[in-house]
Amino acid sequence: MRGNKVLGMIYASAYDQALPELTNMRTMGSVPFSGRYRLIDFALSNMVNSGISKVGVITKSNYRSLMDHLGTGKPWDLSRKREGMYILPPFNSADNAGGIFANRIDALIGCGTFISHSNKEYVLISDCNTVCNIDFKNLFDEHEKSGADITIAYRHGETPALSNTMSFDIDESGRVKSVSISALGGKTSDYSLNILLLKTSLLERLVLEAASMHHTNFERDIIQSKVGLLKIHGYRVDGFARTLDSLQSYYDINMELLNAENRKELFCRKRPVYTKVRDDIPAIYGLGSNVKNSLIADGCTIEGTVENSILFRGVTVGKDAVVKNSIVMQGSYIGERAQLNSVIMDKITVIKPGQMLCGTDNFPVYVGKGIVV
Amino acid sequence: MARKMECIAMLLAGGQGSRLGILTKNMAKPAVPYGGKYRIIDFPLSNCVNSGIYTVGVLTQYQPLELNDYIGNGQPWDLDRENGGVHILSPYQQIQGTEWYKGTANAIYQNINFIDRYSPEYVVILSGDHIYKMDYSKMLSYHKEKNADCTIASLEVPWEEASRFGLMFVNDDGSISEFEEKPKNPRSNKASMGVYVFTWSKLRKYLIEDEANPASGNDFGHDVIPAMHEAGERLFAYQFDGYWKDVGTIDSLWEANLDLLNPKVDLDLNDDSWKIYSKTPSAPPHYVAPTAKVQNSMIAEGCEIAGDVDFSIMFADVVVEEGASVKDSIIMPGTVIKSGATVQYAIVAEDAVIEKDAVVGERPEAMANLEDWGVAVVGNGVTVAEGVRIAPKAMYDGEEGGAQK
Repeated sequence: MRGNKVLGMIYASAYDQALPELTNMRTMGSVPFSGRYRLIDFALSNMVNSGISKVGVITKSNYRSLMDHLGTGKPWDLSRKREGMYILPPFNSADNAGGIFANRIDALIGCGTFISHSNKEYVLISDCNTVCNIDFKNLFDEHEKSGADITIAYRHGETPALSNTMSFDIDESGRVKSVSISALGGKTSDYSLNILLLKTSLLERLVLEAASMHHTNFERDIIQSKVGLLKIHGYRVDGFARTLDSLQSYYDINMELLNAENRKELFCRKRPVYTKVRDDIPAIYGLGSNVKNSLIADGCTIEGTVENSILFRGVTVGKDAVVKNSIVMQGSYIGERAQLNSVIMDKITVIKPGQMLCGTDNFPVYVGKGIVV
Repeated sequence: MARKMECIAMLLAGGQGSRLGILTKNMAKPAVPYGGKYRIIDFPLSNCVNSGIYTVGVLTQYQPLELNDYIGNGQPWDLDRENGGVHILSPYQQIQGTEWYKGTANAIYQNINFIDRYSPEYVVILSGDHIYKMDYSKMLSYHKEKNADCTIASLEVPWEEASRFGLMFVNDDGSISEFEEKPKNPRSNKASMGVYVFTWSKLRKYLIEDEANPASGNDFGHDVIPAMHEAGERLFAYQFDGYWKDVGTIDSLWEANLDLLNPKVDLDLNDDSWKIYSKTPSAPPHYVAPTAKVQNSMIAEGCEIAGDVDFSIMFADVVVEEGASVKDSIIMPGTVIKSGATVQYAIVAEDAVIEKDAVVGERPEAMANLEDWGVAVVGNGVTVAEGVRIAPKAMYDGEEGGAQK
């Protein structure tokens, strides 16, 4: 695909409410993931690696951490004179007092001028809560070949428990025959990854039409109800693609990256995942450190035991401390002899020497940002 | 005309570093990797930025591709600037003919025009060969306070090593009374670190005079500074106390890397107030497998460790397979160490492959004669074939030499 024909749009806060603990102070897009990333890195890197050179990031609230992370877009090569990355804060319009949009359609209306002024033939829209490494060039080619009006990426597997999750009934040619919408999750289906490609002109028409009829639900009013009128095509994603729908899934999906195959697919060398640079030194392992089956980021200092865990940048594990089955975010400190099992520690938390915290595999304990235990 | 700067830095990065052998076959010495994610030049560049010097000329000559590519527009060091920033200065064609940089002083002489654009009061001259953290702004204040024409950073070195350095005799007020270049029987242990602050108007004059003198070797240490001294200019020594290491030889490069694992060594790279910046590869956190055993080591991002690693530095994207062992070694980015291989007391350059059951280097304890022992080196992109043994002190670049079945 000619990347410069496509405008990227990212919803930085779609499904914030699915991870209330982690998004209390931040957006979905800035939720830390896999030792050194934020969720938005995956959507942004996928776009950039596919040749997209202009990306709008739609924000809603609590997006300070997101802005801090994105900066000028430099790490993604999106700090440019021509095009690049644009943060699109809530936009106050006549029918939208206060500027905070209520739904996806509303959000797109707020970005209407940005989208139309971009003069791109296509728009690719993505959420942040799906972690994947997809080459959108293939999606684009399939879109062209099938002659579809809208192409939506989907995965076959356990449906995430998120509101308005679309599951598709797809025929052999890949055309979506019908759409069911549910928030229950659990069942196996061909569910939407909420990555859509369509012509800009079509998007503008659909959004205006929906707005004029006071439609509020993108999935129901634009996709489901149009399934007979428009040619909607499903693009099947088979590699590592996981959708976060709860704190438990956040924990499980992080842990899935301890598997070499999954890592190879997500951190594919041909399409690297870019993130903000922190200039930490490489991790230091002290005498008596004992690390097994773990992902360790730069800037960590480890003198204790770490097993089946993920340590973000700049984490300290003191002497004789034991960290098992846990996720420890940036800048946290685990004191000497402390013990952690099945814990998610947010950024800059402290476990004092000798303290003990224990969750279980199916119920990890969460320690909020900056808390001292 | 560029905006006037009070002080700019000129970084001499053209040296070959021939004593590093195959490590500098395709790159200048300042581009040699160090400390798991850095290159030597990150230290002077980061020191400049941390000292508030945002205009840096980097003089390159020998194999500049790697270095030019690495520095790019200077963004990793915040040196991509509207005013000033980093500039790569290579020798160029002139109307009266083209000349390589004949010596350190000549390199600066050929770039007088560059410096004049900023009409600085002071110029800091640095070299890209050393690992150290230093606040040049303090040295500059000292230079101003002493009303000096030239200030030379000095370091007290152990007496037994003093004969390897250019030495200075310093009066009580800090002024320099005498120089001695690598004497057999040193009478001073104050060595020059190769870091100079000059008052630009003075240096400019002496550079032009030095160039006009056909007998001169056009070197700062040998020619320009002695000439200034003889003429009675104000020369001062500025005492530096921290960690400083010249990484000009394989042994010193190996040592300086492993110094990072020694808690007694005063070189903290984890210091937020004095960060060392570098160009960072996009690699995920490193993974340590259940079969791995890692002790007292430094491991960068993107590594996959399933074997034994002890007292070693692993750069980004290194793979150590299950059953492989790496001890007392430096492994540069992208190298793969296959199962059953042993790497000990060695430096393995980028993208090398150590095949199954190969052995690189030897422990000093296992040597009959310690004279024959030294750090083994495997070159860039080289494959050490299955079962092959690379002798201690050897430099293996894929040719037959150095390898034994």
